[in-house]
Amino acid sequence: MAFLLRRLGFYLAAFVVAATINFILPRMMPGNPVDIMFSEANSTLPPEARAALIQTFGFATGPLHEQFFQYLKSVFIFDLGLSLRFYPLQVSQVLAQAAGWTLFLVGVSAILSFVIGSMLGVVAAWNRGGKFDSIVSPTALAIQSIPAVVISLLLLFAFGTTLAWLPSSYAYHPSLDPGFNLQYIGSVLYHAVMPVVSLTFVSLGGYLINMRNNMIGQLGEDHVVMGTAKGLSSRRVRYNYAARNALLPSVTSFSLSLGAVMGGSLVTEIVFNYPGLGNTLYLAIVARDYPLIQGQLLIMTGAMLVANFMMDLAYVYLDPRMRRA
Amino acid sequence: MPGTLSVLLRNRKVVIGLVIIAIYLLVAIFGPWLTEHAPLQRVARPHQPPSDEHFLGSTRMGRDVFTQLIWGTRTSLFVGVLAGFIITAIGTMLGILAGYVGGWVDEVINFFTNVALVIPQLPLLLVIAAFLGQSSPMVIALIIGLTSWAWGARVTRAQTMSLRQREFVQASELTGEPLWRMALVVLMPNLLSIIGFNFIGSVTYTIITQATLEFLGLGDPMSVSWGNMLFNAQVTSAITVGAWWELIVPAGAIALIGVGLALLNFGIDEISNPRLRTLGSLNKAVKLQRQLDKQRAAAYTQGNAAP
Repeated sequence: MAFLLRRLGFYLAAFVVAATINFILPRMMPGNPVDIMFSEANSTLPPEARAALIQTFGFATGPLHEQFFQYLKSVFIFDLGLSLRFYPLQVSQVLAQAAGWTLFLVGVSAILSFVIGSMLGVVAAWNRGGKFDSIVSPTALAIQSIPAVVISLLLLFAFGTTLAWLPSSYAYHPSLDPGFNLQYIGSVLYHAVMPVVSLTFVSLGGYLINMRNNMIGQLGEDHVVMGTAKGLSSRRVRYNYAARNALLPSVTSFSLSLGAVMGGSLVTEIVFNYPGLGNTLYLAIVARDYPLIQGQLLIMTGAMLVANFMMDLAYVYLDPRMRRA
Repeated sequence: MPGTLSVLLRNRKVVIGLVIIAIYLLVAIFGPWLTEHAPLQRVARPHQPPSDEHFLGSTRMGRDVFTQLIWGTRTSLFVGVLAGFIITAIGTMLGILAGYVGGWVDEVINFFTNVALVIPQLPLLLVIAAFLGQSSPMVIALIIGLTSWAWGARVTRAQTMSLRQREFVQASELTGEPLWRMALVVLMPNLLSIIGFNFIGSVTYTIITQATLEFLGLGDPMSVSWGNMLFNAQVTSAITVGAWWELIVPAGAIALIGVGLALLNFGIDEISNPRLRTLGSLNKAVKLQRQLDKQRAAAYTQGNAAP
């Protein structure tokens, strides 16, 4: 319990640090932060809208520490100001619309890559030096070092444009209305295939190599030799004796690599024109919509922290030593 | 040193990785002599497929793709190495400081390392790059370098903490070595494999991230790089009009150097961690043993059957 509370405190502090970065950045730029933020949007914004925006951000007045606490307060009540690109929508509204799709992509592909990668890693380690290992492991390594941009673009080129097997944009067919029916769900799944596959590829290799290396370390341990000597089936030794212990470092790397999957998802969504956070962010970058770009960092950090906390819970479950501590 | 080198060269992965990287280095150094065009000059009609004259085709703007590839190699390697140095320097320094000095210094450094690890990198870089406006490759190298040291710091710290318990470290401490000598002369040589690992990993990460940032339109459009090539291909919808060369060339360049660096890193990992050394000699020994067993078994059954 104390362990989880300590972690919670840390996550709170980390979130404040991310908010502080958001607070400091515009103020470090030369000139007035308000002018920087609105300079690109000035021509399209009516003067009263601009005045309203300055009012909303409210950071041009008062001493710095007051501005800071004001900002922190607004962050914690999720009041992130107005978006410039999607004016008059609130940043929080824009993000909430898009977050679901990203959560879906990241969640499905993170779990898929973790499960498939770790399973393959176990098999590769068990037959280390064999044919499977010497083909799959270097391939995984090679794929892992290819960025999401490249994988997504190549998939789009091959299956979206050249072969035209899979749809190359949107989350579902534009003629359908969202609803809980077979046609809509089928369309969503069909449109999710390419983004999910490219994201899965991005992190699959890492888990495979990680699991393989941990597993090889475990296979030399006494308890595994003991399990084999007791005459247990090789399946049992492999999964209950070696893989369970080798999984612990993989869980840590799962939470660490979530950030990379999220970053990859930003790119993948842009390539496949998928209506998640990445696409929103892209539109925001093009329009230099600073409140929205900043809100993006906060929501992504928040998601990372929640995911990390869930990993902590999994750790406590997997490692009995943590339960006592 | 020659001993280390021959150990390195005995590993097949390391050799392939080194060859790939050497090709990139040669292209980066001698590149401008390989082409007669300037990278941003209009030298052909738009979207020409590969031909004798422009053997990787031309872009929508009529620029020679081959020339852009070569100049892009320079940019990417420069950015990768510069940011790699910054990341490794900061990470190693903080890691040794935290692991060796301990106490509140460790608490503070470790806190910020962990924070930097949970804040997602790409969104953070996007925010910084967006505020900086169009970032030149140099600026991109600096912001990646200054924000990505956390992983290296954590690994170095862990290794330093375990080294700290060793007798030779404690002995040097008792002889009254100052902090800087402890860090640079006593600890650093024992951390070399981690530092090398960190550096190669950081170069890979930087090249990938730079390409991503530029693909998102945060780079300086007047600089020539792989990321900008991808960005231009996307903006001019090269895929839909069938100009595959505009996409495949930079994508392949990024993928291949990633693979080269990863193989090198993996090979070094195998060398520094003998348990992972599974291919090569070990495998040969197992095969020989099996053959021998078979021969013996055959000889035994023959011997039994004959009389």
